Amino acid sequence: MPSDAPPGRRARRLRLVVRYTLLTLGAVVVLGPLYLTVVNSLLPASALAQRPPPLFPVHPQWHDYAAAWSQGHLDVYLRNSAIQTGIIVAGQLVTSTLAAYAFAFLRFPLRRTLFVVFLATLMIPFEVTIVTNSTTVSDLGWYNTFAGLTVPFLATGFGTFLLRQAFLQIPRDLREAAALDGYGHLRFLVRVAVPLARPSLAALGVFSFLAAWNQYLWPLIVTGSGTNVRTVQIGLKLLEGTQLSHVDVVLAGTVIAVVPLLVLLVVFQKQLVRSLTGGAVK
Amino acid sequence: MSRRRRVREAALGYLLVLPALCVFAVFVFYPFAQNFRLALFQAPPFPGLPSRYVGLHQVGQVLTSSSFLESLVATVLFVVMVVPAGLLIGLLLAVAAHRRLRGMAVYRVIFSSTVVTSVAVSALVFGTLMDPVVGLLPWLGLNPSPPILQNTTWALPAIAVMAVWQFLGLSFIVMSAGLSSIPEEVLEAARVDGASERTVFWRVTVPLLSPTIFFGTVVATIYAFQTFGQVDILIGPTNAAFEHVNLLVYNILNTIEIARTTGQAAVLSIVLFLLTLGVTLLQLRLVERRVHYAQ
Repeated sequence: MPSDAPPGRRARRLRLVVRYTLLTLGAVVVLGPLYLTVVNSLLPASALAQRPPPLFPVHPQWHDYAAAWSQGHLDVYLRNSAIQTGIIVAGQLVTSTLAAYAFAFLRFPLRRTLFVVFLATLMIPFEVTIVTNSTTVSDLGWYNTFAGLTVPFLATGFGTFLLRQAFLQIPRDLREAAALDGYGHLRFLVRVAVPLARPSLAALGVFSFLAAWNQYLWPLIVTGSGTNVRTVQIGLKLLEGTQLSHVDVVLAGTVIAVVPLLVLLVVFQKQLVRSLTGGAVK
Repeated sequence: MSRRRRVREAALGYLLVLPALCVFAVFVFYPFAQNFRLALFQAPPFPGLPSRYVGLHQVGQVLTSSSFLESLVATVLFVVMVVPAGLLIGLLLAVAAHRRLRGMAVYRVIFSSTVVTSVAVSALVFGTLMDPVVGLLPWLGLNPSPPILQNTTWALPAIAVMAVWQFLGLSFIVMSAGLSSIPEEVLEAARVDGASERTVFWRVTVPLLSPTIFFGTVVATIYAFQTFGQVDILIGPTNAAFEHVNLLVYNILNTIEIARTTGQAAVLSIVLFLLTLGVTLLQLRLVERRVHYAQ
């Protein structure tokens, strides 16, 4: 730094340095654990206990990934998670869109009451319902099936609320003009309302995806022995339980499970932020 | 509008609401209401026999049981450890990243990144870092005995560290959104009046951020109430430290799956519901009061 720089500028530059230092420190705290996990998963097992811990895998080893993938059955678990998540996201988008349209555009007795009923579901945490839900699912013969995994999540009060807000932004005149053109409600919904509400639908989709993919409690309850519907989160638990001696395989599995979601974050950050801050912060 | 059209519109309305309503009826309201009925019945000593009506006896029994009290203490301690830390660090990160500077987009993605991690991922990542053999703790001079995840004192704080880390992403996102909703002119006006950056932060930013902080507190508390996965994966019911980390949801799960006493699990579920409801109502009251001040 030139010594003849004006003091104001020097102070500003110093503050900038402090800020970037703090930011980088924050980044290390947040990303450090994941970074070390990636590094460790690529190290040969013998290097894991090395101190100080290696910060870069000089000779990356990929066989732990192969082991987690095939012996840890992560290939099957990832497929199951994709199916489970796909069903839940599609289901929530459809049921929320339909209900939100009714609440925003149609007049029928008890509409307000029913909307309150939808909102009331937000007050009941899922954890509170598992006692009876686990019995219901086995009574229906849905234990260890995709139906058992997904059907309880095919509707969402939050999603309905979010989409209703979006539909209410659509000018009434548009509906009237469309009606004059002979558009019935369903055609108007598909051709006009849904395309106009695309940002909210995307936000809900990303939110549902994240919530479904990361579910732990319910898959733990309704998936049993065998790999046929077990999701990747439960797969990780089993990897930890059975392969304790192979820490590096466990870590490789962890990386495999989290990478798709990090990609999702980078691509859909805007939608995700929108859904997470939805009702509370404008 | 003709009567026939009105009837048709109403019919369509019900039809569109119906799918979601069916799911809610079967998987939200029915099981919720069932809790109150199940709480009054005691499970039979052998499966297959009918349940016995015991009235409030079972409720009293559960609420005074040592397992419930352990859970309540652990859950409250856990909330106290997770909520302030999670919100404060999230706020610090949000404040640090709240400038239009080069590279800020990258920092934002990094700071929000833990929002996509699952409980299983956070458990395995930190389980390894805290492992007494391959982990980093001994190297850092932290080597409690018994090892941290079997240690009656340190197991709960260890789980709290994992939960805080996993919550940071959401905390950062919520706090950032709150910060960007504060009009820049207000801050600028305070600076023009000669307020230092610190005064601006504490006297202008934080008060204007208070709705966000309240919202964050509720989200964080509910998140902490629902945590149990890390305990399930890393500690489990046979661990020496178990009773110190037997968080409420884990207790409910084990009461269903291991003890198979649905009545007791129902009582615990009602308690969890009331705790969550209490926090939510408290938030509403606080926000309401703030709105009154503003008038």
